[in-house]
Amino acid sequence: METGQTITFAAFANQFLVGLSRAMILFIVSSGMSFVLGVLRVPNVAHGSLYMIGAFSAFSISTFLGGGTMGFWVALILSPFVVALVSLIAERALFCHLYEREHLMLLLFTFALMLILGDLVKLTWGAEYRSFMAPLTFRGSIPVLGSSFPKYNLFLLVVGPLVAIGLWLFTNKTKIGKIARAAAVDREMVGAMGINVSWVFAFAFVLGCFLAGLGGALVAPTISIAIGMDHDIIMEAFLIVTIGGLGNMWGAMLGSLIFGLTLSFGVLFLPQFAIAFPYIAVGVILIWRPTGMLKSVW
Amino acid sequence: MLEVEGIHTYYGLSHILFDVSLKVSRGEIACLLGRNGAGKSTTMKSIMGLTPPRQGTISFKGKSVMGKKPYQLARLGIGYVPDDRRVFADLTVGDNLEISERRSGDSATWTKESVYDFFEALGHIDHRKAGLLSGGEQQMLTIARALMTNPEFLLLDEPTEGLAPMVVKTLEEQIGKLKDRGLTVLLAEQNQKVALNLSDQGYVIDRGMIRYHGSIDDLRDNEEVRKKYLLV
Repeated sequence: METGQTITFAAFANQFLVGLSRAMILFIVSSGMSFVLGVLRVPNVAHGSLYMIGAFSAFSISTFLGGGTMGFWVALILSPFVVALVSLIAERALFCHLYEREHLMLLLFTFALMLILGDLVKLTWGAEYRSFMAPLTFRGSIPVLGSSFPKYNLFLLVVGPLVAIGLWLFTNKTKIGKIARAAAVDREMVGAMGINVSWVFAFAFVLGCFLAGLGGALVAPTISIAIGMDHDIIMEAFLIVTIGGLGNMWGAMLGSLIFGLTLSFGVLFLPQFAIAFPYIAVGVILIWRPTGMLKSVW
Repeated sequence: MLEVEGIHTYYGLSHILFDVSLKVSRGEIACLLGRNGAGKSTTMKSIMGLTPPRQGTISFKGKSVMGKKPYQLARLGIGYVPDDRRVFADLTVGDNLEISERRSGDSATWTKESVYDFFEALGHIDHRKAGLLSGGEQQMLTIARALMTNPEFLLLDEPTEGLAPMVVKTLEEQIGKLKDRGLTVLLAEQNQKVALNLSDQGYVIDRGMIRYHGSIDDLRDNEEVRKKYLLV
């Protein structure tokens, strides 16, 4: 059998690492969505659009600075802040007025925001493909476990866990993080403790969107930046958050690993059906645990 | 300190409170006695801005607080202890207190340390998740959490509900000490014994209306009122 010949340990290890690095991007994006979902109880449909803005911003900032190593790092650091700023404006100008209303209104707002941001991206950057190059240090491959592995993907394998640790420290060790966790469960009592919940929500929303922007900037060197990249990621992020457990950061990590690795091994074993593997995994998990693998905050 | 004047509160279309008025002076404990479903908790929530009344006025320290949000009322100095406790179950005892901390600026301010001195049992379980505490411990934590906001006025909604007699006794003593420390308290209770022991004046509420108001000694002597509105 042809597949039998190609599946060597090196190929297996390589696909495993590719899957892991893809999972890191998925984690960064879906943990932001999960955080917003946990605290505000709203699935942010515009999350994918903010991820797309992160990627386009990285392209523009890097181009403005003439590319190179410096352009890369500045773009990587500034892009999430650009996205955070966009989300802060949307939240304070419009979104915050809906907190007292039904959840459906909030959901519809994020849907409208997705459409508006999609058009704004088209107006600003046009419909052409853009590319954002990683610096020379991260280009090319290095040998890992008998096969060559892209250096940039190794970089992603470092950034993913760092974001996870940072997010864990933030939610467990800072006062605002603990307040956000409390507001996720009982916003009324948080208000009765003298805390302006509206600002807690703003903060959670902006932090979640910041992570979408970071994911977009990080993925940019590995793909063609284009209109439509928001649609792919939003579907994946929704599924990851659902199988992980709504609002659970570690659930987002677990879901991302399952999504990334099943796709990766699908490519190895049955390339023509690879795309179906993550969705089959999602189906199986939801039959097994309809509320997600880890505890949902809802 | 607190004046509630003719409030009417609704849950959707249901009219719950009818023309409720009450007054609590600085430094005293007033109790609001009534059976289950009489309107005690709704009165407390109306004062805290959680279910804002549609008619009437509420003033605190001489100023109207109508239309203010719960967080603004907390910042003005009203502490709220709900009847169903509502501790932040996923956070530890220490975290529950830390996120509620609001410094008042004067020396009598409550800190985590002084709260642990006051409720010693909580000091031993600083790292335990609030959702794992016993009923009595959770009740102490909800009061402690409200104290951390450094209130001048405390809304205590049925603090002894569902607790063992020994725990009720301890809580009763501690609530008495709060008054000694200068706190003004509105205490909603079904437990007549606790309320009569602690309070200076009493209100009796039934079916959303205040049916009786008088000094605690008068209420203690008025068996007819207590029988009519408070006995199950």
